[in-house]
Amino acid sequence: MYAFEVVFDHLPLFLTGLRNTLLLLVLSAIFSFVLAVPLALVVTRRVPVATPIIETVSYVFRGTPLIVQVYLLYYGLAQFAFIRASVLWPWLREAWTCLLIAFTFGTCAYLIQILRGAIEAVPHGEVEAARAVGMTPFQTLRIVVLPNAFRRALPNFENELIFLLHATAIASLVTVIDLVGAGRNFNTIYYFTYEGFAIAGLLYLAIVGILRLSFALLEKRLLVHLRRAGI
Amino acid sequence: MNVLADFLPIVLRGMLVTVALSLGAMVLATLIGLVAAWGRLGGPRAVRGIVLAYTVLVRGMPPLVLMLLIYFGGQTAINAAADAMALDPVQIDPFTAGVVSIGIIFGAYLTETFRGAYLAIPQGEIEAGIAFGMPAATLARVVILPPLMRLALPGYWNIWLTLVKSCALVSVIGLQDAVYAALSIGRSTREPFTFMLVVMALYLAYTGLSDLAFRGLGKRLARGTRVVRV
Repeated sequence: MYAFEVVFDHLPLFLTGLRNTLLLLVLSAIFSFVLAVPLALVVTRRVPVATPIIETVSYVFRGTPLIVQVYLLYYGLAQFAFIRASVLWPWLREAWTCLLIAFTFGTCAYLIQILRGAIEAVPHGEVEAARAVGMTPFQTLRIVVLPNAFRRALPNFENELIFLLHATAIASLVTVIDLVGAGRNFNTIYYFTYEGFAIAGLLYLAIVGILRLSFALLEKRLLVHLRRAGI
Repeated sequence: MNVLADFLPIVLRGMLVTVALSLGAMVLATLIGLVAAWGRLGGPRAVRGIVLAYTVLVRGMPPLVLMLLIYFGGQTAINAAADAMALDPVQIDPFTAGVVSIGIIFGAYLTETFRGAYLAIPQGEIEAGIAFGMPAATLARVVILPPLMRLALPGYWNIWLTLVKSCALVSVIGLQDAVYAALSIGRSTREPFTFMLVVMALYLAYTGLSDLAFRGLGKRLARGTRVVRV
């Protein structure tokens, strides 16, 4: 196919797209994780007022399309004069900021649920053992509960990361040149109809492959103790 | 507030498109998922390979990319086919394109759901059915389908919610759904936040209602089974 011959003339375009896609993926993943761990702890403790608020907000994020959240921020915020006048406006009007905020909160909403399940699945005997050897509550959390919960949640983290990667394609709809954006520009240069999207699709496939492989290796190392013998 | 009252009907009409689209796509995805899971489990080697390639390819790419690929690639393929047969090319309408592309995408996810559910049915039940001399159709209807529906429900429910939310992407292939309506009304009335918030509320209501429906369905399907409480 002609498109696959000329694609090598446009490597910088696709590399820019790849860089932006990966940047969105990695930054949103880190932000949402850092945010989700304390919030999940609050949810598992059933703190009055705080837990219902976190649950409700997380439900709203999980129940609405990410693209609507992005549009709400990117096109919607300009409706309010006080936001346009605020010191944050130079950042808030950038597509990157809106995307990172939406991706972070959208992923965080799911991570809270995953982490809550994983934390509640930690055997209570392990917590009691930690107490019995004299660990403080914080030590119990840091040495026993969280490492255990993170390991159990690995397969869910993997799925969530792949969903996040899929979600980053929305960036191309608000002016960011991610992989899809690069594919679209490529189409425009040659009057192609779909070839650029096919190349973008293959690159996404490659990223997913690498992610799955890395998680398989990680799980093999970290979940040794959960594997059943003899099967 | 007047502006909102004036334009709300247009957004609501857009939401009807979204509802119709999601239902149509889910029906198609279910059919694809059932057939593909069947092929993956019991088909000849070639069929199993094709189904595996389909699920891996589709689940590895963002729904947005697949939608663009199926819409533009599909139109190109139709044009080429029409050319070859010396016919006038048919223009795919965005609604059909939306149903077909979302159906193909989520059919791949449902294939895995149905396959997992089938594998979770105790093999003895199926063997007992065969031992009774049940014809394949009876076996499927009486022995396999009831537990399959119950076991597949949690996955099916999840994928339905993801499908509904993916329907918000269809404005990129030119379908005039609620998101499209809110964007254009928001631009002309200079109240984009208001209208996008309305769309958000509508989606929340839709996913909330479907949660209720699935919860009821789950109770129905679980009749006659014991709930294990740890």
